[in-house]
Amino acid sequence: MMKITVALAAAALGVTAVAEPALAQANEQFLPALVYRTGPYAPNGIPFADGVQDYWTLLNERDGGINGVRIASEECETGYATDKGVECYERLKGKGPTGAGYFSPLSTGITFALTEKVPGDKIPLLTMGYGRSESKNGAVFPWNFIAVGSYWTAADVAIQHIAHELGGIANLKGKKISLVYHDSPYGKEPIAALEERAKLNGFTFKAIPVTHPGVEQKSQWLAIRQDRPDYVLLWGWGVMNSTSIKEAAAVGYPRDKMIGVWWSGAEPDVTPAGDQSKGYKALMLQHGAGKFQVHADLDKFVVSKGKSVAKDDYAQVLYNRGVINSMIGTEAIRTAMKKYGNKPLTGEQIRWGFENLNLSEARIKELGFEGMLQPMKFTCQDHQGADVARVQQWDGKEWKTVSGYYKADLSILDPLVKDQSAKYAVEKKITPRDCSKES
Amino acid sequence: MLYRETGQFKTSYAADMAIFPIRQDRIALWGLLIFAFIGIPVMDAFQVWPLRGEYLIRAILIPFLILSLAAVGLNILTGYCGQLSLGSGAFMAIGAYGAYKFGTGVRIPLEIFTIDIPPLPVFWCILLGGVMSAFVGILFGIPSLRIKGLYLAVATLAAQFFFDWVFIRVKWFTNYTSSGSVVAPDLNFFGFFANKPIEKYLVCLVFVTVFALLAKNLVRGNIGRQWMAIRDMDIAAELIGIRPLYAKLSAFAISSFIVGVAGALWAFIYLGAWEPLAFNIDRSFQILFMVIIGGLGSILGSFLGAAFILVLPILLDQVPHALGVPVSVETVSLLVFVVTGALICWLLIVEPHGFARLWSTGKEKLRLWPYPY
Repeated sequence: MMKITVALAAAALGVTAVAEPALAQANEQFLPALVYRTGPYAPNGIPFADGVQDYWTLLNERDGGINGVRIASEECETGYATDKGVECYERLKGKGPTGAGYFSPLSTGITFALTEKVPGDKIPLLTMGYGRSESKNGAVFPWNFIAVGSYWTAADVAIQHIAHELGGIANLKGKKISLVYHDSPYGKEPIAALEERAKLNGFTFKAIPVTHPGVEQKSQWLAIRQDRPDYVLLWGWGVMNSTSIKEAAAVGYPRDKMIGVWWSGAEPDVTPAGDQSKGYKALMLQHGAGKFQVHADLDKFVVSKGKSVAKDDYAQVLYNRGVINSMIGTEAIRTAMKKYGNKPLTGEQIRWGFENLNLSEARIKELGFEGMLQPMKFTCQDHQGADVARVQQWDGKEWKTVSGYYKADLSILDPLVKDQSAKYAVEKKITPRDCSKES
Repeated sequence: MLYRETGQFKTSYAADMAIFPIRQDRIALWGLLIFAFIGIPVMDAFQVWPLRGEYLIRAILIPFLILSLAAVGLNILTGYCGQLSLGSGAFMAIGAYGAYKFGTGVRIPLEIFTIDIPPLPVFWCILLGGVMSAFVGILFGIPSLRIKGLYLAVATLAAQFFFDWVFIRVKWFTNYTSSGSVVAPDLNFFGFFANKPIEKYLVCLVFVTVFALLAKNLVRGNIGRQWMAIRDMDIAAELIGIRPLYAKLSAFAISSFIVGVAGALWAFIYLGAWEPLAFNIDRSFQILFMVIIGGLGSILGSFLGAAFILVLPILLDQVPHALGVPVSVETVSLLVFVVTGALICWLLIVEPHGFARLWSTGKEKLRLWPYPY
């Protein structure tokens, strides 16, 4: 027993001795990654985490970091659990010379919990295409950046696409649209926007919940068989998506009448269901799968050097999303460096960078993301930057883009954002910033 | 020798009935309390090594304290009264949502009049959350008068699933937020704003200390003896005049109250914003394991169990990285499962009665040391 104790004590001492120098790398920007490579959501968590990591590696290998400041990163496994995510956040937020640059938890639940913590710690939260939809309002949510699109954008674009397929917005009248959703804040977010649309366009909207993790959906799909909705929207994540497609096939619901959100539109969602997925549609968070200009550099500096963490998920939908996530984050840091100088920056400085980030068409092209992204610009008021999305369809082998860009109807969504964020401000006793006075 | 109480004469009834009759225990407890109440805040103020940054307080000490409290609560029911419960997650959720509702104002429009309670101060909200939980605990404790053991576990499991469902479905509890996730109100304790981690820690510590001492006191008194009599043999207990109705339901009420307070603290202080998933069946199992590993029927065991189940995986998770071993996070998190599982098995083989029994054996050994026989 004594021997074990001594060994443990020695190990503990060893831990502290090694841990100390790792903290003090002077000229490095520390970027944390909350990932989930295990658990029911791992099939979707892994490609995203790989993309995030590979783009950082690319910047380090090709440019020596961001304007010469190398990126140091560390992953922490959350397993998609909120309490574990909070622990990871606490673990990583203080690392590096200036603390964590920004967090992207890739989980709506963790985003909700961190939204309460980041104002105190002064670290921006980059939630690309997920999280609180009302956090678009930067006056109330100064630290949240729901870049590229919110669930409400997605809901609105999905309805617009259905209207397009039906031959006009007027044809929505009297139609039945059901939402099969992951029963969590993530799945519930679009309901407000869809209900608003239902009222406006006169279709019948029905929300059908699926409990976490979503492997049991028999009764939901039997209800759909009975009800025969004209379209089914799918708001699933992880193993829930492929289960939904399989169940739809089992009850004979046509897959081409199903539209998934952009979190239900990647390869791990359709491949497990095999041929049954053929015809299934999903929204695109602007980008899709496949290789673009930036992948040439990734090939050259990361993959061919054996530094990529990706395996067969390379250039898949979620991998590309991870790459874009890192690009937006690092471009925000670059923007902030213009003001604060080329050195590791604090979260507060990076927040300024996000708020003044302007990804013009020329800049997107320069970065190698042409064809993946539309121009976007954040302001003090608008923390979303863009409101457009496309639709893609699975042909059995790959995703094919089947629509042009739809722009979400802001006359419907903006009042929702305003209402919900005002409610949040009252509840948390926040005085919204006056954006006309911000520089 | 180290732990011998020889020479500690009890000269009054008060001394005979003290919570901690042995002087060494009293000294250790006072030392611990002084360390927790004064030592840690001072170390935090000067940023002494283990407390440098906020990590240890925010990510380990606060959840440890809160889950210990939940384990103390469950230990009263399962460890002392022998009623197996798988509903701790639900009772935590009731505490959390109850506190949330009282914190944001309760409004129930009825036929004749409207119940309208303005938002209450956080301190009362947390206690009222516990009270709500106690009521529901009594309700779900009623089956325990007829069924026992595993059957009762199934009945409490029903509570777990029912309340998971309630808090997801009934929008009134979440004040009709579009996402179903709710945000805790400001932590204003009579003008003391608990914003800094150390302040939150102290708030938790006060709650935990008060309730743990309360529990320790309860279990050695009349009511605790009734619980233990019921646990050991309910028919015999009934024959010597203990009313099972009163004993069992009081155990359910007090246990649920403490678990509910822990739930409110977990939601308000640790998470800040939460969804029903934070209190799902996994939470119930986690707390039950804490109680089993720590030791059924021991308040100290609840703390040891909480430390083992909560802190060990977090530490293991960081070992490879701290040692500089390049292992990917998924391997680490799988290893953590394997190692934690193996340690639990090992512990239960070596000492089926948990850490509390290990401690009492240790105490016995210390008492005889250095002349064991």
